[in-house]
Amino acid sequence: MKGCGYQYEICHFTEWEHLKKDTIDAVILCGTPLKDNLFSEMKDCFTWIPEQSIPVLGICAGMQAVILAYGGSIEANPEIGMTSVRCRVSDDPIFCEDAWIAYELHRFATVPGNEFTVIAESDTCIQAVRHQANPVYGVMFHPEVRNTWVVERFLTTFVSHET
Amino acid sequence: MKLGVLFSGGKDSVYATYQAMQKEEVSCLIALVSENSESYMFHTPNIHLTSLQAEAMGIPILEYITKGVEEEELEDLKKAITLAVEQYGIEGIVTGAVLSVYQATRIQKICDALSLWCYNPLWHIDQDWYMQTLIDEGFVVIVSGVFSAPFDETWLGRRIDNEALRLLRIYAAKYGITLTGEGGELETLVTDAPFFTKKLVILRSESVYANYNGRFSIQHAEVRDKLSF
Repeated sequence: MKGCGYQYEICHFTEWEHLKKDTIDAVILCGTPLKDNLFSEMKDCFTWIPEQSIPVLGICAGMQAVILAYGGSIEANPEIGMTSVRCRVSDDPIFCEDAWIAYELHRFATVPGNEFTVIAESDTCIQAVRHQANPVYGVMFHPEVRNTWVVERFLTTFVSHET
Repeated sequence: MKLGVLFSGGKDSVYATYQAMQKEEVSCLIALVSENSESYMFHTPNIHLTSLQAEAMGIPILEYITKGVEEEELEDLKKAITLAVEQYGIEGIVTGAVLSVYQATRIQKICDALSLWCYNPLWHIDQDWYMQTLIDEGFVVIVSGVFSAPFDETWLGRRIDNEALRLLRIYAAKYGITLTGEGGELETLVTDAPFFTKKLVILRSESVYANYNGRFSIQHAEVRDKLSF
């Protein structure tokens, strides 16, 4: 985000209520260490996601939080290392490639509800989803490794460029 | 939380130790001493100095010998980490991985199998900021090996100071090397840092260099009080 020239603030997910919402154009929910899955028992911390129209990109644990916030579920499905990801849609502004190699580091995969479109998958699990009505995305892989285009395109698509 | 740091003696594992100490307790360093100088996983030049560095830092060290055969050395790493859990009660591992998916994946898998936390405080760090910070904060980082063009013999044993970083920035732009040497272009050794209680003094060394490949081998070094010369 810094490299793309965006201003940002890093906050813990439990601090959402204390943030000045009118200064936020988008939210990126980052992942957690492999052993830290406490967030999945704290669904109340993510109820703001379906209640607002703010663009959200959930990464790994962040994607799991997004799916849980909309009433979906997560299931044990660990993956560590590089894997092949295939795109299933052709109309998305962020996911334009047919396939890519991605870095995985997760203990759980997601079972999204019907309000989500599955955008990409690997042999193991769903790798990217988009909400059908709201600008809300989730990716299971870690885009910071070799796929920074995910974050860059999310920002250029949903956030006006201010430095 | 009690943590063990995978320690090679180079700048990344030393800085990762420093970062981990800011928030948690570093109970031990874990050094894999590879008998193979071409190890895939482990930094090798001057690895025998890690015990002196540990003494200078005032942190216990667990040294484990590995033959350095690809993949077999991962079993050795798992055994070394298991020993650290038994001897020091560590609950997590810290690494100095910056960009290496190869290292990170394998260490994450070992930690997962042993139910340990895995922290990589330098993961995808801004390389320019990191190198400048090492200099500004007083880390004494010496080049202990060069393995790519355009590094000539004068780099062996050279301290990474502002002038060296200026050249590295030029080399990064012109030759595509990584500023941190993450691609294996160069390796480093730290002899002093702000959190060291003592420092390493190199008394005898030898440089061997040919065709953009060289090693600065330290044959004799001592741990001394910081005020001594």
